Amino acid sequence: MSRPNKGKVFSAVLIKDLRIELRSRVLTNQVLPFAGLVMIMFAFALDNDDVLQRVAGGLIWLATLFSSLIIIQRSFAVESADHALDSLRVAGIDLAGVFFGKAIALAIKLIVLDFVLIVTAMLLYRVDLTGPGLVLLVTCVLCSATGLGFVGTLYGGLTAGAKGRETLLPLLLLPVVAPVLIAATRATEAAFASGGAQTSEGWAWVGLLAIFAAVFGVGGSLAFGPLIDE
Amino acid sequence: MSRLINSKSATGTQATRVLGLLAIVVMLWVVVSGLVFTPQDVVQGESVRIMYVHVPSAWIAYLAFILTAVASASWLIGKKHSMGFDRFAGASAEVGVMFMAITLLTGSLWGRLTWGEFWQWDPRLTTTAFLFVTYLGYLAVRRLDGSAEQRARRSAIMALLAVLEIPLVHFSVVIWRSLHQGATVLNPSGDVKLDDLMLFTLFSGVVGFTLVFFWLVLHRQRTMLLVDVVNSRGLDAAIADRRAEAGN
Repeated sequence: MSRPNKGKVFSAVLIKDLRIELRSRVLTNQVLPFAGLVMIMFAFALDNDDVLQRVAGGLIWLATLFSSLIIIQRSFAVESADHALDSLRVAGIDLAGVFFGKAIALAIKLIVLDFVLIVTAMLLYRVDLTGPGLVLLVTCVLCSATGLGFVGTLYGGLTAGAKGRETLLPLLLLPVVAPVLIAATRATEAAFASGGAQTSEGWAWVGLLAIFAAVFGVGGSLAFGPLIDE
Repeated sequence: MSRLINSKSATGTQATRVLGLLAIVVMLWVVVSGLVFTPQDVVQGESVRIMYVHVPSAWIAYLAFILTAVASASWLIGKKHSMGFDRFAGASAEVGVMFMAITLLTGSLWGRLTWGEFWQWDPRLTTTAFLFVTYLGYLAVRRLDGSAEQRARRSAIMALLAVLEIPLVHFSVVIWRSLHQGATVLNPSGDVKLDDLMLFTLFSGVVGFTLVFFWLVLHRQRTMLLVDVVNSRGLDAAIADRRAEAGN
């Protein structure tokens, strides 16, 4: 039997992860309500319409990061159960394909999450979005979600099956994704024109997000195999 | 290896004893000179004395993390995957984290006296804090279950990923905001603006801290070697016990 190429492994893992999500509905039944709850809690804590409007971008991305921890752990919990990851490893398939498959599946879930969070912010925090702002925001979400997908898959794979992974993953992941939080927040503020920010100011930050995604896409594809290798 | 295990002073050698003695002498000079001989600063007053600890500990922390990355890369690239590189990387990171904690602590105390605040959201401070947390994560990864080989591979990759991460974090925070005082000693113009004795004490501090760093790393990596040997012997003993039971 011939060894499947990277593209086939990628699409098989991507479709498998999305199919598991569609059947289990963990994203829609647990993660999205959690993220919505976090947005409401922020409003309780800050208790000021002007402040909420000003910091909406930051709150969206904080909620994204907290929720992404749950999504990443869920993504690898299904691999740890019944030693599915071991099966992938011993199957002799290209692990870079597995990495990209899981990362893009994760990114798609994060895009859905961000869409819901942005709509929630528009409704609850009364932020507005213009045409150019929408283009900037969509690009920002695509780049951020891709970068978070790569980093999340890398560190999720490392902590999969480890004792205390629930606490280890945030410790490893949150310092790494600080650039995503800063850049995505500034780009989102520019898209919402929060605090008088211009839409054009956001594109430089989107550039940083793209660099982050590229660096961890390349680094992750090289490191993922050796990291999960037993 | 057996000689090391059986020796009463297992992690010490003639070389480390000389190194330790030198470190004590230099550090004593730094303490006396820093607290007594050097004058107070025109602007910073007595708080400038914190710099004799703060600056060397920051330099040593960065040196430690660079050495961790180099040792990690050497482990990954080397055909023999010598565990000595892994132990050196781990020991260097542990000591580096300690020096980084000293840097953050002394920096906060200095900041309270000079800026009036324990903490400012300045790029260098913020990146340093991220670096500290990143290497705490690295040390947590080293403690994950698995064989010595697995530990070495995981932690070597983690150390190299940290090298990728730090410039990105630093760059993003630099654009975010900037306040930290510019480099006084390593400024690009080479125009050093310090009293001669103050500068000499600062360099003595760097030398003294470097000696302490290598003394700690040498002992720590030898302790790690002993732990690996004990673990390996424990496994061999357990296998021998099971075989003996099966034989009976």
